[in-house]
Amino acid sequence: MNFDFSDDARELQAQARKFFDAEAGPDSARRVMNDDDIAFDEGMWQGVVELGLTALRVPEEHGGLGLGAEEACLIAEEVGRSLAPVPLMSTMLFTEALLAAGTEAQKAAWLPRIADGSVIGCVGWGEGGTQVPTSMPNARMTKSGLTGMKAPIADATIAHVGIFTGARTAGPGLFLVEFDQDAVQVEAVTTLDLVRQHGRVTLKDARAEAMGGADAYGDFLDKAAVLSAFEAIGTQDAAMVMAIDYARDRVAFGQRIGRYQGVKHKAADMYIKQQLARAHAMHGAWAFEVDAPELRQAAAAARTAALDALAFTAEENVQLHGGIGFTWESNCQFYYRRSRALSAALGSRGFWSDRLVRTLERRNAAAA
Amino acid sequence: MDFNDSPEEAKIREGVRAWIAEHTAEYEGLPAPASNEEYVARQRSWQKKKYDGGYAGITWPKKFGGQGKGPMESIIFSQEEGKSAAPTGLYAIGLGMCIPTVFTHGSQDVIDRFVPKALDGDEIWCQLFSEPAAGSDLAGIRTKAEKDGDEWVINGQKVWTTNAHLCDYGIIVTRTDPGAPKHKGLTMFIVDMRDPGVECRPLKQMSGGSDFNEVFFDDVRVPDSWRLGAEGEGWKAALTTLMNERLAVGGKPRYSPDWSTLMAVAKEIETALGPASEQADVRDQIAQAYINDQGVKLTQQRSLSALSQGKTPGAEQSISKVVVAKQMQDISRFALDISESAGFMAAAEGSELAKLQGSYFGSAGLRIAGGTDEILRNIIAERVLGLPGDLRPPKDTPFNEIEAL
Repeated sequence: MNFDFSDDARELQAQARKFFDAEAGPDSARRVMNDDDIAFDEGMWQGVVELGLTALRVPEEHGGLGLGAEEACLIAEEVGRSLAPVPLMSTMLFTEALLAAGTEAQKAAWLPRIADGSVIGCVGWGEGGTQVPTSMPNARMTKSGLTGMKAPIADATIAHVGIFTGARTAGPGLFLVEFDQDAVQVEAVTTLDLVRQHGRVTLKDARAEAMGGADAYGDFLDKAAVLSAFEAIGTQDAAMVMAIDYARDRVAFGQRIGRYQGVKHKAADMYIKQQLARAHAMHGAWAFEVDAPELRQAAAAARTAALDALAFTAEENVQLHGGIGFTWESNCQFYYRRSRALSAALGSRGFWSDRLVRTLERRNAAAA
Repeated sequence: MDFNDSPEEAKIREGVRAWIAEHTAEYEGLPAPASNEEYVARQRSWQKKKYDGGYAGITWPKKFGGQGKGPMESIIFSQEEGKSAAPTGLYAIGLGMCIPTVFTHGSQDVIDRFVPKALDGDEIWCQLFSEPAAGSDLAGIRTKAEKDGDEWVINGQKVWTTNAHLCDYGIIVTRTDPGAPKHKGLTMFIVDMRDPGVECRPLKQMSGGSDFNEVFFDDVRVPDSWRLGAEGEGWKAALTTLMNERLAVGGKPRYSPDWSTLMAVAKEIETALGPASEQADVRDQIAQAYINDQGVKLTQQRSLSALSQGKTPGAEQSISKVVVAKQMQDISRFALDISESAGFMAAAEGSELAKLQGSYFGSAGLRIAGGTDEILRNIIAERVLGLPGDLRPPKDTPFNEIEAL
């Protein structure tokens, strides 16, 4: 048995971590937050491309590195940890959507440009309301093109191309839309996350190419859930470390507050929730990598557990910091805000926990 | 990543499976033992078979009668044993915790006298640590041992001693120097549980069952040669035992409800809005149960994987017991809740509801045994996350001068 990441994957993670430790973190997030004119850190993005992080999952025949899910998962974790203000998660999810649901022609057209960093991609299912990822979209393809509105779409304002859900007979299907056309309007929308810029994409008879249907979309959602679980665990870990560092330092009533069990037990609960989430996320990474039938179950559990861990830790990190944690100047807000972004990005906890139970029911019924 | 046995492990498992299948046939379908004697006889017969088959003390060094094998061999055996009808449990504390302490801290004579008879199942051992005033704070024990020539005289009381009434010997932590600092005045001994000065009184648990005892010591004499470790070094010996406890406990009881129990119960319950299993709050509980149950199992897989690869497992295993025990309570309570009156009235013996009623009580004990939820959280926070410990009286304060703050 070998339930751990390969040494090669760990090595790649270490390189990425070194890069993001030096370049990213809360300070870089704050720079992007404070400057309305920048949507992301272009210099850092160049570094990300040079490190090969956009080429990870692109097959070698399309100019990429052809690496597996393990590597992608660990990179997602580092993006989450560092809050790096670059469109890497969006581009990685765009890549997975192409791999899961794209035609050969679509892959050949876009993957090489993703790999070399000349194109930024984004993906989206939301339409600004209370839909969940599997709701039938209002966006609809007719003979004259794709019409609808997609929001909030992470990194849409800087992307060159997007993959969006649109109505199909059997449920939501995916459509690929190039942004360089008059029928596509992209504007920034304000969300609770002030670092990762989101956009509203308005499509009026836009040129769009059909991709895979409901099954391929479902497969993509599961893989995206695994990646997002790792991203959430990375963010959660950073918030937990921040809380622990403060608890070791801050003195009240003549002692460091980390001595109080009221504080200590919160820290232990952060760790417990993280370990549960990590075990599920690793299970998801395995199922993703080997295309196991357990993927749906593992992905739903990973995302549910990771969102739980992140929400708890982001909230209690503010709480452990007391008044200072509630200020604009404190970095606590980045994790608190990102927790909302990651929840909204792919359907909230309730959607995924229900999907988990539905998958377990199906499995039980099949076994009976 | 892969979840399969290595070829070497698969071969071991195959051998173990065949051996267990052959040797557990006689236990298949047996009713629960009708008496203590029958219970002990059945447990003993299985331990003897393991001893004769070369499956006792799998990881123990050969010089102590063990097999000198790695942790994977032992884990594979336990996994397969757990799936079989083999009667296990009575020897877990003795062989899992007591005897490793005996061969780590005892003299050669003591090892020769006690270890083989424990391993082949002849003699059963218990662990005499907790006291009425010292549970989580184990080093606060007060049971006295005073030296008298070549012997020690033990007086005091232990509590929560599992199976004390069935045991032949025990390891006991005593205070031999009340004037020394708390952790320095302790000494560990082997004690004969059949000594007339030892009195076991079964404790009746809130569940109605009786698994453990109060044990009283009235001028019980033990030879100095039965000392485990040096005088005043009892804390060190106790840590050996407790480290072994952490390896032994942490799994869950044989019957433990999980997400599928909850799902099965909920499916059968009709409400005005349809089956309970379709309701959002019930589904959320099922999901949470899966996250916890399966999360602990997968976390254990991570540790096993490290062992299998010849690496040292990380700290992740420290979450197991604290999650498992509370989870058992939560699932049981929730299932009884949605069962309404049926969950409250004593359910038919052997039924799913009866098991859930049992585990609602059992879980309350499990959250305390082998480290309370609170102590385990302290351990995670202090040892894993590096937070500072509680403020305590200065370490060099003599035990008999410590005052409660």
